[in-house]
Amino acid sequence: MTNLTILILVPLLTAIAVLFCRNSSQIRWTSFIGSLIQLGLASAMMYAYITERAIGNTAQMLFQQRYSWYSALNIEYFIGVDGISVVMIMLTACVVVAGILISWKVETLTKEFFFLLLLLSVGAYGFFISLDLFTMFFFLEIAVIPKFLLIAIWGSGKKEYSAMKLALMLMGGSVFVLIGLLATYFATNTGNGVHTWDLIQISHLHIPVQTQMYIFPFLFVGFGVFTALFPFHTWVPDGHSSAPTAASMFLAGISMKLGGYGALRVATYLMPEAAQQYSWLIVLLATIAIIYGSFATLMQKDLKYMNAYSSVSHCGFILLGIGMLTKTAIIGAVMQMVSHGVMTALFFGAIGMIYERTHTRQISELGGLLKTLPFIGTVYVITGLCSLGLPGLSGFVAEMTVFIGSWQRPDAFHRIATILAAASIVVTAVYILRAAGKAVMGPIVNEHFQHLKDATWNEKFASVLLIVAILAIGIAPFWLYNLIAPDAQIIMENIARVF
Amino acid sequence: MNTDFFILMKSELSLTLIIFILLILKVWDGIKDNSTWLHITNFLLLLNFAVGFISSADGMLFNGMFHSNNILVLEKSILNFGTLIISLQAFDWLKSHKHVPEFFILLLTTLLGMFFMISSGNFLMFYLGLEIASIPLAALANFDLGKLKSSEAAVKMILLSAFSSCIMLFGISLLYGSTGTLSFSELPGLIGGGHLQILALIFVFVGFAFKLSSVPFHLWTADVYEGSPVSVTSYLSVISKAAIVFVFISVLGPLFLNFQGMWYNMLFLSIVLTITVGNLFAIRQDNIKRFLAFSSIAQAGYILLGLSAGNQMGTSSTIYFLLVYIFSNLGAFGVIGIVSALAKKENISDYKGFYKTNKLLSWVLTISLFSLAGIPPTAGFFGKMFLVTAGASHGNYILVIIASLNMIVSLYYYLRVVKAIFVDPNDAPIEKLNASFSAKLGLIICMVGVVLVGFASCIYDYINSLTI
Repeated sequence: MTNLTILILVPLLTAIAVLFCRNSSQIRWTSFIGSLIQLGLASAMMYAYITERAIGNTAQMLFQQRYSWYSALNIEYFIGVDGISVVMIMLTACVVVAGILISWKVETLTKEFFFLLLLLSVGAYGFFISLDLFTMFFFLEIAVIPKFLLIAIWGSGKKEYSAMKLALMLMGGSVFVLIGLLATYFATNTGNGVHTWDLIQISHLHIPVQTQMYIFPFLFVGFGVFTALFPFHTWVPDGHSSAPTAASMFLAGISMKLGGYGALRVATYLMPEAAQQYSWLIVLLATIAIIYGSFATLMQKDLKYMNAYSSVSHCGFILLGIGMLTKTAIIGAVMQMVSHGVMTALFFGAIGMIYERTHTRQISELGGLLKTLPFIGTVYVITGLCSLGLPGLSGFVAEMTVFIGSWQRPDAFHRIATILAAASIVVTAVYILRAAGKAVMGPIVNEHFQHLKDATWNEKFASVLLIVAILAIGIAPFWLYNLIAPDAQIIMENIARVF
Repeated sequence: MNTDFFILMKSELSLTLIIFILLILKVWDGIKDNSTWLHITNFLLLLNFAVGFISSADGMLFNGMFHSNNILVLEKSILNFGTLIISLQAFDWLKSHKHVPEFFILLLTTLLGMFFMISSGNFLMFYLGLEIASIPLAALANFDLGKLKSSEAAVKMILLSAFSSCIMLFGISLLYGSTGTLSFSELPGLIGGGHLQILALIFVFVGFAFKLSSVPFHLWTADVYEGSPVSVTSYLSVISKAAIVFVFISVLGPLFLNFQGMWYNMLFLSIVLTITVGNLFAIRQDNIKRFLAFSSIAQAGYILLGLSAGNQMGTSSTIYFLLVYIFSNLGAFGVIGIVSALAKKENISDYKGFYKTNKLLSWVLTISLFSLAGIPPTAGFFGKMFLVTAGASHGNYILVIIASLNMIVSLYYYLRVVKAIFVDPNDAPIEKLNASFSAKLGLIICMVGVVLVGFASCIYDYINSLTI
């Protein structure tokens, strides 16, 4: 599978096919089969990628396709993947399958629901494979608006407020990205005053440091909004808690990773000098997000709010890894993106399953789920343990890599930041264990809970898929590490050029 | 007179012919049925649009009073196409109206005026076209004869357009006084930037700003848009505005460029005010026509942003954006027209629960609004992106930042409407509407345009190959 365009076409065609379905059963199965095919294709693509690398193909981006699109404006349809994109695509494919399975019971406006989910995934796939900044931005924006509709129509609680807040903040983020990209475009010169959107080409051009210093904040903050950069994280708790289960999974599992990927691939990679200069600020904000997020989680009584705030904290590790600017830290950041994506998707999935049965998300009203819902309870415990960084699960590997990378910066500032970030894991353990102890273990608090039915096949399928991913990363992290490392090396070389 | 005359003036001649055909049919008084009238007109307009594809030539007529070339023909074709869509969409409204042929005669007369304005080679010709284009518009604004608000709109319109014409005419006379000529081919060489000429520039620009409804000369827009029938509102906000911008691009742009710094500063101020004020006022509107009026004011600001670049990219992007704008705005107005004609409702709050009863119309309106907001994958995204890119090519990032941040505000109010359609509960939503085939056809054309024009880069390339 070396034709990357298919990765955009399959979800797009699935989405269109959904429009022609007659009843909700057809819609569900069409979306499920489409996403399963996509998962298969993504795996085949990863396999092809690994084989290609194994036989010694050292091109920076593999499977490139390049067509001129708006030639007058130098816009191209230019796609290709490196190790980082490959793992992001795998993450997206897994989360999409799980999200569709979890939404099996959506009965209101089913067609629109699945159509929007699939459209969102088109945006994500396109974003991860684009190598042209314009197309990249195009796909980034595609992924914004479906979220508004998903939350506003199918959400719960103060859904209209949350949906609007999320849409406007993410739009704000993409506007910042847009300004940054335009400035980047006009700062490039490939000879004769011709500008370019080509990411690879720009990385070899030297944009003046002064210009970079202006552009970098726009790009980084813009992408940062997507990945809950403090203080632009406020959409996260509201958005996640109001969203329907699958939308929460997509938001946390895919959408927040768009920001992390952009901050790394566009902001840091293209503006190495500026990244160097601003690195202290990124580290500072990321550390604040990590600590603030974990303490805020302690205060939450609602399972979804809890997970939303812990996402702020966990995404802080991504930004911390990027801000540290060492090879190991960057690898850690990418691993954290994947790990957090899978883990939070599972977390939200589990919470959705619990909520669907008990109709409450308040920890105080839950108890003894493990006795009545053994499967769902176990899933919740596993993902909780992953979240607090139990060795053998993905969270430990990713966070550990970030800490090791961060520790490589020997000065006091970075050391303190690393220590503080690492200390937050203790807080994480407190809230995870408390919630798991009360809601999942504990005595059965409500008679009504006695008669709940455990997970159905679709929910089991989704959970097992994500648990396998967590275990695979946790037990054998080296395959992931080896996939990412050469490309983190390339990004580091660009930065080291100016060290 | 030779064949040149027919080729250069083909658009004007075919329009005049249609106007006469309609007049004669009206006098003959043989057609009693409104639907027949509408079908005949739509067919004639389709032919008229096809005339645009006959090979064209570069050239002048009447001692340089009138000129034509490929880009002007393209601009006229865009306007013809928009008029055709509006005519299709007007079906449900005009079906029961007493004065169908008069409506089209007036409408096409204004279009003819716009064509002369676009093709003018001299300020006199330009002014003539401008007046032909604006006076019948006031009559059109009053076309819902029984409505008091319509009359108010018409009076406001005629007074203000006369006023703005006055100011512009004063500017033109100053220009004549300082240079001794009104010919567009001679003027650029004679403009040096003396005080009198700067005054003339300001007056001419003010006249334009009135027609384009850019802030602070926008005050007539909302009232006129609200009072006029929906079809006229859409004509005003799309065709009339596009025509003015086309004139700007091909005729007046070169004149103003001589003032460089001063001209740019004026535009800068105008853009910032237009986009910001248009957006902020749009937030508070409940009448959907007033809402679109303010949103179209904001869009005018983005159009000016493209013009401010003053290079080929700016020109091409502006023409491209206008094409996209025609599709997206007419898509929105088409739905509003159907709702207004069949359900007699024009408030955003009336649209609550619209999705439950009218799924397809809801999607058309939503997609059109997303296109206006610049959300991919609609063509509006590309249009707006290119305008902002063109604006950035000038290197003024303060302007780019202000314009881009305004997209967030605009997204807010467009989403408000989308929220009303999809989310808000309503006990008595608008009932299921059965629009006529022709109105549906109009919407289908708009949707195809909104989806395809963005991806088809050949359209942009074609425009770019014609602009200088």
